[in-house]
Amino acid sequence: MFGDYSISDLGAILAMQGFAGLILFSVYVLMALGLAIIFGQMGVINMAHGEFMILGAYVTWMTSNAVQHVAPWLFPGYFFIAMILAFIASGALGMLVEWALIRHLYKRPLDTLLATWGLSLILQQAYRSIFGAREVGVELPEWMMGSWQATDSIQIPINGMFVMALTMLITIVVAYVLFWSSWGKQVRAVVQNRVMAGAVGINTEKVDRYTFGLGCGIAGIAGSAFTMIGSTGPTAGQLYIVDTFLVVVFGGAASLFGTIASAFSISQTQSTLEFFLSGSMAKVITLLTIVAILMVRPQGLFALNVRK
Amino acid sequence: MSDETKPGLKSPLRRKLLMGMAALPAVSMLGRPAFADVPATSAVNTTGLAVTDSEVTVGILHSVTGTMAISETGSVEAEKLAIEQINAAGGVLGRKIKFIQEDGASDWPTFAEKAKKLLVNDKCAAVMGCWTSASRKAVLPVFEQYNGMLYYPTFYEGLEQSKNVIYTGQEATQQIIAGLDWVNKTKGAKSFYLLGSDYIWPRTSNKIARKHIENHLQGCKVVGEEYFPLGSTQFNSVINKIKLTKPDVIYAIIVGGSNVAFYKQLKAAGIDLSKQTLLTISVTEDEIDGIGGENIAGAYACMKYFQSLDNPNNKAFVPAFKKMWGEKTVIGDVTQAAYLGPWLWKLTVEKAGSFDIDKIAAASPGVEFKGAPEGYVRIHENHHLWSKTRVGRAKADGQYELIYETADLVEPDPFPKGYQ
Repeated sequence: MFGDYSISDLGAILAMQGFAGLILFSVYVLMALGLAIIFGQMGVINMAHGEFMILGAYVTWMTSNAVQHVAPWLFPGYFFIAMILAFIASGALGMLVEWALIRHLYKRPLDTLLATWGLSLILQQAYRSIFGAREVGVELPEWMMGSWQATDSIQIPINGMFVMALTMLITIVVAYVLFWSSWGKQVRAVVQNRVMAGAVGINTEKVDRYTFGLGCGIAGIAGSAFTMIGSTGPTAGQLYIVDTFLVVVFGGAASLFGTIASAFSISQTQSTLEFFLSGSMAKVITLLTIVAILMVRPQGLFALNVRK
Repeated sequence: MSDETKPGLKSPLRRKLLMGMAALPAVSMLGRPAFADVPATSAVNTTGLAVTDSEVTVGILHSVTGTMAISETGSVEAEKLAIEQINAAGGVLGRKIKFIQEDGASDWPTFAEKAKKLLVNDKCAAVMGCWTSASRKAVLPVFEQYNGMLYYPTFYEGLEQSKNVIYTGQEATQQIIAGLDWVNKTKGAKSFYLLGSDYIWPRTSNKIARKHIENHLQGCKVVGEEYFPLGSTQFNSVINKIKLTKPDVIYAIIVGGSNVAFYKQLKAAGIDLSKQTLLTISVTEDEIDGIGGENIAGAYACMKYFQSLDNPNNKAFVPAFKKMWGEKTVIGDVTQAAYLGPWLWKLTVEKAGSFDIDKIAAASPGVEFKGAPEGYVRIHENHHLWSKTRVGRAKADGQYELIYETADLVEPDPFPKGYQ
């Protein structure tokens, strides 16, 4: 297949393809982080994860409209404000949901699956009623569009680099919060032994609420960032949910590092196969590989060794 | 075939009678039209449809919830507008149209169930509905079993024909061949990269496109053909392949949320649609709303209708639509095709002089609608429409600019020979 192309052409494609893989990797990490926190730290299977992301996307859309009307001079930088607002909105909704719904179901993990699935349907219909059934177009500032011309033949998408930088930043912050802050220690204590954590004076209910809120808030940021590369509509969250679960489950549910490793291996397999085969076949082979690996290793790539 | 069953003499007579009715408001105020003004229900409805002396019931069956609501909302709006306009103009055979709306909920078994409800419980005289081929395939056996009439608005892959369906959108050849000929002739395009979402419509359409490119266009070839699962949001790899193969034309049939991702990433990857020719048959003004005009400006689309068409019918239709549904709404190809449904049904009923399904099915071929926003359409013997094929170029404001249209109406050919 490469006989007809020059070496420099192939080199350029190789470089761009490498970036395509890295961008896909960042996208996977970004969408899986929030879920990994909630699933990994709390054992809650949040089927409404995609809808929390789309809330972030709608917040971005509203911010973009508001900024254009009220303060057009702010438009080039509105995206940063939008991401913060998206974090707050999704995080707040997450805490509300935890308080109203999830906390009653901690002892019945399979029921949270049903409850959050119901929640996802409710949220979808709510978006449809509030924002309309049609997709909305989020306008981006000019500097975020287009590509960076690295050489004559190599173009790197700016929004892709933006997602990469954002993912790195958020991963570092999350890792810091979970592993080095005192609140993170409380979270991990609650995960390992809820009763004992309570006995030493940790307010486990509060920890749960903030953990859930943090996970949902990160989903909101992801949703906000994905307005650059995807669609914003009432059911757009469904586009992400399968891949998200795949990444988290494959990585090993309780491990943040596992999530990153799994996102990396899935994205590289996917983008390499997509290049040599076709889109659908790449997906099929990726999924088959994952199924095979999970059959051999049901706990995922990296599992915490916790005494049960 | 068209003249066998229709009582041609009755038609002008009835029109006079209707005019007479308009001049006698007192009669209609009684609520019971005089026998002489409106044909008797027993005469025009011999099979027990929901037709009374003053009303006739039709069904609207689209998804207003679920993933397809994005696409089907426009069709519902257009059908309601058409029904309102028909009622304002005196109804059908002197009867006002009343509609019952059911929600297919983007779920194909639900479509079948609701279709049965509309036909069996509500006895609808006609149903305007369905959008995806999957939903149409689900309801088709119901319409054939209970002898209903479906007006189906979407452009689709063809390979189907039924006595119980009128296809008001284009079948595949009507949408593909003229567009490929145009891009070959005016752009000198020789190499094509075919893309699509992975289901029956894009695959069948690309199959027809490939046959046409390889067998009918001199020296042209397909350099790539690829499909993506519905809902895919990552296109960077295929965009790199496109950059490597440098096709003259990207031929894209991507649908739904994937569309938005594809065009945004195409632009972000530095492919400039003002230089790279891209021809699509799946992006109407409706989709551009979600994609963002600035992301797709410069692309060509092959359709039969654009909101910007400059003809008297369309100049009346667009403001009426916006008046009813809001200034910001846009009208895409399928929305216009959905608008044709109630009108074609009305014209067919009046031609047949009856609401009976069998008579309508037989009278349909040859029915012409001169008030169509797309210009003029006529029903073919195969229950599809004769219509023109047009190519438009997307502008940053989300509208298409008409670039080319076929000189004549293109014959619908749902079972094209040599393309299978």
